[in-house]
Amino acid sequence: MATEDLPSEFDVVILGTGLAESVVAAAFSRVGQRVLHLDRRSYYAGHWASFTFNALLTWIQQHHEEPQPEEVQDWSSLLEEGEELIPLSNSDSIRNLQVFCFTSEEDEEEESPNTTEEERGGADEDAVRETSETESADSKDEETNQKTEEREEQAPQTKGEEPEADQPTPSAAQSQSEPTKKKISYTQLLKEGRRFNIDLVSKLLFSRGSLVDLLIKSNVSRYAEFKNVTRILTYRHGQVEQVPCSRADVFASRQLSVVEKRKLMRFLTSCVEETEEQRAYHGRPYLEFLCDQQLGDNLQHFLIHSIAMVTEDTPTEDGLAATRHFLRCMGRYGNTPFLFPVYGLGEIPQCFCRMCAVFGGIYCLRHSVSCLLVDKETNRCKGVIDSRGHRISCSHFVVEEGFVGTDRKRLATPTRYLSRAVLITDNSILPGNSDQQVSMVTVPPIAAGGPTVKMVELCPSTMTCMPGTYLVHLTCQSVGSAFDDLSPVVTRMFRTPQSHDQVTGPSVLWCLYFNMADGSGLEVEGHDLPSNVFLCSGPDGALGHEHAVRQAESIFLKILPEEDFCPPAPNPEDIIYDGETTSSTTGEEEKEEGERGEEEKEKEVLEEKQSLQAEE
Amino acid sequence: MHGRVKVKSTAQQEEEKRKEREKKLKVYLAARDACFSKRKEGIWDEGALQVTQQLLSSNPDFGTLWNYRRETLMHLETVRDEDEVQKIYEAELSFLESCLKVNPKSYGSWHHRGWVSNRLPRPDWARELGLCDRCLSLDDRNFHCWDYRRVVVKMSGVPVDQELAFTDRLIGSNFSNYSSWHYRSTLLPLLHPESPEEPAPPPRRASSSPPPSPQSRSHRVCEEQLLKEYELVQNAFFTDPNDQSAWFYYRWLLGRAEREEIISCMFVSREEERVSVAFSRAVNSAGLLLVLDGQPQRVEWRSVHPRFKHSPVWICDLAPGTISDVTNEHNLTVHWMEKHTHRDCALYTGRTESWCRDSATDQELFRSDLSVEKTSVLQSELQSCNQLRELEPLNKWCLLTIILLMRALDPLGYEKETLAHFQTLEVSRAKTRPLDAEQEVGSLTSSFSFFLFSPSRQEVDSMRSAYYGDLCSKFMIENTILKMEYAEVRVFSISDKSLTTLCHLDQLLLVTHINLSSNQLHRLPPQFAMLQCLEVLEANNNSIENLEGVYHLPKLEEVLLKNNKISTLADLEPLASCPKLKRLDLRGNPVTQVANVEAELTALLPSVVDLLL
Repeated sequence: MATEDLPSEFDVVILGTGLAESVVAAAFSRVGQRVLHLDRRSYYAGHWASFTFNALLTWIQQHHEEPQPEEVQDWSSLLEEGEELIPLSNSDSIRNLQVFCFTSEEDEEEESPNTTEEERGGADEDAVRETSETESADSKDEETNQKTEEREEQAPQTKGEEPEADQPTPSAAQSQSEPTKKKISYTQLLKEGRRFNIDLVSKLLFSRGSLVDLLIKSNVSRYAEFKNVTRILTYRHGQVEQVPCSRADVFASRQLSVVEKRKLMRFLTSCVEETEEQRAYHGRPYLEFLCDQQLGDNLQHFLIHSIAMVTEDTPTEDGLAATRHFLRCMGRYGNTPFLFPVYGLGEIPQCFCRMCAVFGGIYCLRHSVSCLLVDKETNRCKGVIDSRGHRISCSHFVVEEGFVGTDRKRLATPTRYLSRAVLITDNSILPGNSDQQVSMVTVPPIAAGGPTVKMVELCPSTMTCMPGTYLVHLTCQSVGSAFDDLSPVVTRMFRTPQSHDQVTGPSVLWCLYFNMADGSGLEVEGHDLPSNVFLCSGPDGALGHEHAVRQAESIFLKILPEEDFCPPAPNPEDIIYDGETTSSTTGEEEKEEGERGEEEKEKEVLEEKQSLQAEE
Repeated sequence: MHGRVKVKSTAQQEEEKRKEREKKLKVYLAARDACFSKRKEGIWDEGALQVTQQLLSSNPDFGTLWNYRRETLMHLETVRDEDEVQKIYEAELSFLESCLKVNPKSYGSWHHRGWVSNRLPRPDWARELGLCDRCLSLDDRNFHCWDYRRVVVKMSGVPVDQELAFTDRLIGSNFSNYSSWHYRSTLLPLLHPESPEEPAPPPRRASSSPPPSPQSRSHRVCEEQLLKEYELVQNAFFTDPNDQSAWFYYRWLLGRAEREEIISCMFVSREEERVSVAFSRAVNSAGLLLVLDGQPQRVEWRSVHPRFKHSPVWICDLAPGTISDVTNEHNLTVHWMEKHTHRDCALYTGRTESWCRDSATDQELFRSDLSVEKTSVLQSELQSCNQLRELEPLNKWCLLTIILLMRALDPLGYEKETLAHFQTLEVSRAKTRPLDAEQEVGSLTSSFSFFLFSPSRQEVDSMRSAYYGDLCSKFMIENTILKMEYAEVRVFSISDKSLTTLCHLDQLLLVTHINLSSNQLHRLPPQFAMLQCLEVLEANNNSIENLEGVYHLPKLEEVLLKNNKISTLADLEPLASCPKLKRLDLRGNPVTQVANVEAELTALLPSVVDLLL
C-alpha cells in the first residue's frame, strides 16, 4: 500500500511479522482494533520465515554484507510539545553463518569423464562412476577444507555469491535423462530453487499444543494445510532406529521383544495418571524412575530421548509431564504427536497476518518505524515516525525485539543462542517402504557435555524441497558456534567429505550453519520503555510454539484485558455488512456484494504476497 | 466498539436454516411424487434416472427408488448398444461413489454398487478395490465395505497372497479389527495348507488316536506358517492384552481339531430288552439300523427325553422275548448309515447286560476344542502366555488361554493350577473406578484412549463369573470322567467341587452310581436321563429345584436329595417314571413342609418303600 495513502491514526502499530507479532495483529484486528502491521524486511515472518533456495542465498548474502551504517535522521522537527523521541535500532541476531556445497557446481564438470566411462562400457560402469564422483567430491573437499581454515577470520565465500544466471541450463536437462540416479548438481538446486521452502527456525506443532488450539479456535487453520510427522526416529549406537510410540508402532516393532512391548505399553498407559509412586520420585532424575520401573535400556532410551525429549537428569515430574504431553498429542491427527505445515513454518505467521488483513489490518513491507514519540509526562507512546518520516499516532506499539536496543530489553536469562544447520541431502536418513516420510529425529549428545540435537527431516511432499532431495533441519542450544556444535553430528549421520568411509547415510549436497538468538528469555515489557510498548521475542529453542503463543496472548490481555483472544472468525455468509439490514430476509445480491468485499480484502493480502515473490 | 464485524445472531441463522430446510423438503416431496407416478406409468428413460438420482443423493436409503433405478437400467440395457450401456453404468458408479461419500454405511448404495458391478459389460475391478481400500482406510470396520470387497475379490480373482498382504496392512495399522483377523483365518488354509502327507498324530498316546478324517484337515494351516501367526498374534496381545480380537484369532489358531464322528458306546440290557447307543455328537434317529443276529430289526428309536429331537444318546426296545432268554447268545450291530460306521456288541450266554465302546482317552473326548498341535508347540505357547501373566496377572484373556492350553496339554496334571486360575477369574469387584473417570475415557478419541485406560482395574471379569463357573464345572467333569475311565469303574463321584452345571452326560451311559453331593447344582437337566444304567443317585447338599432329568431311568433304585430346594410335589413327578425307585431321601427340602406330604408321595410313588422326610 502506498505510504501516502496510509491513515495517520491507528489503535495498534506492530513492527515485525514474526509469529508472536502476527498473532497479536490478528487478535487485535479480530476484535475491531485498527492495526497497522509493518516490517522493514521485504518478506513476511522475520526469523520465522521460509525461503526458496534462491531467496535463502540472497538472505545469506545480505547477512555477509557489512551492515550499512544507518543514516541517522533527525526527526525532532516532527516533535510536538511535551514529546520526546526514542530511536529504534536494528540489530540482527544471526551470526556464524557458514555455507558448504558438497555437490558438483554444474553438470558439465562431470559430463566428460562420464562419457568416456560409458564408452568403455562394462558391468562395472556404476562403480567407476561412483569413484569419479568421489574424486570430484574430494577435490571439493580440499576447497572446503581451505575455506574451513579461513572461517575464523572471514566467512567463507558462499556459493550464493557466484553468478547464477550464467550457468547453462541445458546440461541439467541432459543429466535428468540419464538412466542411473545421479547426484543432483548445484545448478539443479538453483534451477529448482523455487521448490524449496527452507525454514530459518525448525519447529513442529504439537497436535494438542497451544498453537494448534489457537489455529482451530480462531479459524486461522483454514488458511493452511498440514502434514502429520509420520515417524519418530532416534540415533543410537551409531544407527538410526524408529521409535515405537503408537500402538501400531509397538505392535509392528521388530526391535522390541514381546515382553518389552508389554512393558512399554504398560508404562505409557500408566504414566498418564499421576500415582503415589510417581510422586515419591519428585526431584529425582527421570532416569532413576524409569530404571526402577524395570524398563530396559532400549525402552529407557526411547522414553527419555524420543518421547519425553528430556535429558537423563531431568526431574521425574518434568519427564512425566513431557511424556504425558507427548501421549496426549498422539492420535489426534495420526500416529505421531506432531504436525508440520505444508510449504514450511513461514506459512503460519502469514496465516495470522491474513486473518488480520481480512478484518481490516493494513500491511506494509519494506517499511519500518524509525522512532517512537513519547509523551514525557505520562511516559506513554503517543505514536511513531515511520521510515519515511510520517507521523502515525497509535495507542499501543508492539515491536519485535530486534528493533530495540539491547539496553532497553529485559531478559530473564542471559541471551543464549541456538545452533542451526540446514542440509539438503539426496536420500532419507532411514529409507523405508515409503519415500514420503516426515521424520522427527532425536539425537542424544554424541559426546559427554555435547548438545542434544533435534533433527527434522522433510520429504518433497511437504513442499519444502525438490523431488529427489530431503531437507534436514538440525537445532540445538549453542555450546560453541553452530558449526562446532552440529558438524560432528552431520558428519556421523550423513556422508560429507569429512565423514569416515564407513558412514552409509545419505549424502549432503549443500548445507548451511548459523547461530540465532534464543528468544525464550525475553520479557514483554521492556526496560526504560513507555508502558504501552511491548516486545515480542524471536524464536526459542523448544520444539513447539508454546512460547510465542503465550507471549502473544499475554500482550493482548495486557492491552485489552476484557476481550476474547482470537475468537472464532465467523463464516463469510454470517457477516453483516454496512448497508445490509439486520433482517435476514434481504436479497441475496447484497450478501454476495458483502462477500466480494471480503474477497477483495483477501486479494489485497495475496497481491502483497505475490509482489513479494515477484521481487525475488 | 467501532469497526467490529457484525455477525448474525444464532436466532437469525436458525431461522434461515429452517426456511432452507422447508424449501428442500418441498422439492424433495415433489420429486418423490413425480418419481412414483413415472414408475406407475412404466416410464424407463434417462429422465427417470435423473429424478431418482436427485432423490437418492439426498436420501440413499430409499429402497423403492433403487428398485426403480434398476428397472430403468435393465430396460436401457435392452435398447442401447454395449458401449452406451458401459457408459451408463460407469456414470452409475460415480454417482454411487458420491452417495457413499455422504453415507458410507448405506445398505442401498452398497447393494446397488454390487448389482451394477455385476452387470457392467467391462468391469474395472482395480477401481473397485481402490474404492474399498479408500473406504476401509477411513473406517476399517465398515462391514458393508468388507462385504462388497469380498464380492469384488471373488469376481476379479485377486490372488490369495495379495489378500493376505492386505490383511497384513490393515492389522499393521490397527490390530483391533475382527474383520481382518477373520479374513486371515479364511485365507491362510488356502495359501498355506497343511501338507496332507505330514503325519501329525499327537505324540502322547499316539497309537490310540485314529487318523483324523480328511474333512477335519481342510481348514488347517501348515506348521511353519502357524508359528509365524503365533508370533504375529503374540505381538498383538502383548501390545494390548485387553484387545479381544487378537485373542479370538489366537483361539482359532490353537483350536482347529474336529472330533471324529463315531458310535462311541453301545449298551444292551437283557432284562429291559433294550439297546442304548451313544454317539460322538448329537444326531437324529434317521439312518440308524439295528441288526440282531444278522437280522435287521424293525425298532422304534427314541431319545432319552421327549424334549430331544437331536441327541447323542438313542434307545430302542426290542420286541418282547427277543433276547430275554439268558441261555441264548446274541450278536447285535448298530449301523450309522449316514457315516458308514457301525458298532458290534455281543451278549453272551448267562450275561444280563453287555456293552461295547472304545476305551476313551482325553484326546478323543475333550481335546477337541483345542489344538492337536505338537506338544512342544503348545508348551512354548503356554510359556509365553505365562510370561504375559507375570506382567499382567489379572488379564482375563491371558488366564483363560492358559487354562485352555493346560487342558490341551495335560488336563489332570494341570488340574490344580487350572482351578487356581479359575479362582482368579471369578474373584470380583475388588475395586471399581469412579464414574467420572470412566466418562472421560469415553469422550476421548477412540483409537488412543487405550493410553488413558486405567490399568488398575482390579476385578478380573466379574460379569462373566457364571460363565467361568460353568466352564470350570465342565473341566472338572471331564477330569472326573477321565479318572473314572482309567480306573475302569462305573461309579462317577464328583462331590464338593462347586459344580454349577452338568455336562458330558452322554459319556456316563454306563454309570451305575453317581455322587454329585455338595455342589451348587440347581437342576438335574433332561440330559440326565442319558444315565440309562443309573441305580443310585446321590445329590445331597445342592440347590436342586428341578428333577426333570430323572426320567424313565429303568434301573434307578435310590435317590438321595437331602438339603436341596425341592419345594412342590409337582417337582417330584418325574420320579414316578422310574419303575424301580425304592428309597428316597428328601430331608431338608421345603417340600417336606407341605401338608399331607407323606400320603401324597405314597400315592405318587407307590414303589418307594423307604421314604425319608
